[in-house]
Amino acid sequence: MGDIRLLLGDEAIAQGAIDAGISGCYAYPGTPSTEIMEYVQRTPQAAAKTVHARWSANEKTAMEEGLGMSYAGRRAIVCMKHVGLNVAADGFVNAAVTGTHGGLVVVAADDPSMHSSQNEQDSRFYAKFAFIPSLEPASQQEAYDMMAYAFELSETMCVPVLMRITTRLAHSRADVRTAGTARAANPLSMPPDAKRFILLPGIARRNYQGLLDKQPKFLDLAEQSPFNTFTDGPDKSVGILAAGITVNYLRELFPDGVCPHPVLKLSQYPWPKAAIQRLLDSCGTVMVLEEGAPFIEEALHGALGLSPTITGRLTGALPRTGELSSETIARALGLPTRPGLQPANPVAVLRARPPRMCDGCPHIDAYKALLDALGDTGKGHVFADIGCYTLGALPPFEAINSCVDMGASISMAKGAADAGLFPAIAVIGDSTFTHSGMTPLLDAVAHGSRITVLILDNGTTGMTGGQESLATGRLDKVCAGLGVPPDRIRAITPLAKQHAANVEALKDAIFGNDKGVTVVIASRECIQTARHKRV
Amino acid sequence: MQQSKMNIVIAGVGGQGILSIAGVIAQAALAAGLRVKQSEVHGMAQRGGAVEAHLRISPDPIFSDLVPIGGAGIVCGMEPMEALRHLPHLNPENGWIVTAAEPLVNIPDYPAVETILAEIRRLPRHLILPVNEMAKAAGNVRSGNMVLLGALSTRLPLPETALLDGIARLFHAKGAAVVDVNLKAFAAGRTAACA
Repeated sequence: MGDIRLLLGDEAIAQGAIDAGISGCYAYPGTPSTEIMEYVQRTPQAAAKTVHARWSANEKTAMEEGLGMSYAGRRAIVCMKHVGLNVAADGFVNAAVTGTHGGLVVVAADDPSMHSSQNEQDSRFYAKFAFIPSLEPASQQEAYDMMAYAFELSETMCVPVLMRITTRLAHSRADVRTAGTARAANPLSMPPDAKRFILLPGIARRNYQGLLDKQPKFLDLAEQSPFNTFTDGPDKSVGILAAGITVNYLRELFPDGVCPHPVLKLSQYPWPKAAIQRLLDSCGTVMVLEEGAPFIEEALHGALGLSPTITGRLTGALPRTGELSSETIARALGLPTRPGLQPANPVAVLRARPPRMCDGCPHIDAYKALLDALGDTGKGHVFADIGCYTLGALPPFEAINSCVDMGASISMAKGAADAGLFPAIAVIGDSTFTHSGMTPLLDAVAHGSRITVLILDNGTTGMTGGQESLATGRLDKVCAGLGVPPDRIRAITPLAKQHAANVEALKDAIFGNDKGVTVVIASRECIQTARHKRV
Repeated sequence: MQQSKMNIVIAGVGGQGILSIAGVIAQAALAAGLRVKQSEVHGMAQRGGAVEAHLRISPDPIFSDLVPIGGAGIVCGMEPMEALRHLPHLNPENGWIVTAAEPLVNIPDYPAVETILAEIRRLPRHLILPVNEMAKAAGNVRSGNMVLLGALSTRLPLPETALLDGIARLFHAKGAAVVDVNLKAFAAGRTAACA
């Protein structure tokens, strides 16, 4: 007996995974993927089945922990945002070569339009790169339904399966009918051919050939997939290939969702060649609708330029970047769109309202102290990182000069210091530090690079809503363990009343740094998590 | 009898509780046996930036997660500039704009609020309420979102009882007093909309 629940796309995936009998969920928080793990963590059904559901240090460790659970015969889901898959890529690509034992599904949540991200990379490339099947649900219901299928696919074919979603599906709720029953978890079991997990060249070559030999089967499965569906239509002037959620924007344009053109809805990759060929043969031209990169479209055009029979993002029919919408698709098809009302004088009444640090945020006091400590040093000396404190780039602070990827503050400061820049300062949050800041700090210590690392320890992973941070409260020990001399590690409390002392401590750490690494740890709880505890 | 299909855009600033408005309506719609899609903003923008929720309810399958341009029966705002920002979504033939009168000024160049309100008053179907003041009178200034929900509730194709149940469920964990304040806030908004 199933029931109907209102679930985010992320939550539908989580419930689908629980019902598919997972024993573990591994993830690092990242918008728009965070709610998958959060749902597993708060669902009594998962707790009752003792599903392992704790945040990992980063996406790479999450990926490998998921692979370890698969090795031991159990099912695991690994979740991350798209750029997290860059971090996890080593494990991800090689898990395709080792193969899996228990089902292993990796969810990558892409962020076209960059709502909360530094790029809009398309994770479908990673599945193709690793030679594994991938799934792209078109709705919350399909996301739920696909999880059981994805785990079966993984176990049948002995490979990890990638599910790629985008922000709009991840963060939109819909009524989802759930099965109401859950498959039992797999028992602990050793892989019968455990040697394939040893990627020595001799074994890796054999495994790799085995993976390549599976490709025709993956293609066949996509051709037969219940998620790749063809709907014929009388108007053959153009056929439409709609990947993932784009089919919804298309159907929105027509009464009862009935598109007059033939439509191939695509949700399982590798893309089904025969189905696409049939669409092209019956219509002569095909418009490709896909979120993210022109992944399928580019392949259909071929290597040498644009084909006259294919239209999409590359031909200018659709915008090259950003999320699609029913409006952009209507324009591409030459359908009328409503203009939309506008204020008589938009310039007079509308202003951008970018995000900002919360009132009472400890980062505000940390940045005020840092700016005063730097005094008239001039701009360009502060390398920052990914988190709420990236908002220190905006007025009134304008305190930072870089934000690239997790951990890059320390590595870039080190590189700039090696080049001769002084002072070179890294600003990094506690969770980002344990994600990817410890290894470049080790580099800096080992090489004696003259940098100052300001760790903003607010006790949580703040930007994504306050998830567990793994080394909060013992960051001084971590830094000392990596080799920073204890007398070069200072603690400050970022509070207005401590401002003068904090400025002095930072000045001393930055300008008194005659050699090597100094670390300042600014510790005060995130105002949001503190507030939630009070309520 | 109102038609049971409705598109709503709810706008505000991160932290003003617009997801709670959307959540109560969505749960009430589900309880009424309707289909629902509710697209939200999570992540960076929730830190004091402009946020919006798109909410669609219908007896029939819903395709896009987003309300089309010109397709919203209601555009509502916890804040007047944010309501106005989503004017392109308002259905020009029958759409209502329902907004708090009070600006939330957390940017240095916030426009003159009278100019914003004049733009809204120019629209044929508008309702501007001192939402925060009404919430304070109901017992808690932070329940402004429930005042707004009450104000737009008269135009929703949903029974009032389903919305009241939704509010009770949403605040249940915070105790009877909090539920009571929010129900009062809802009632104040609903009464003002009927006046």
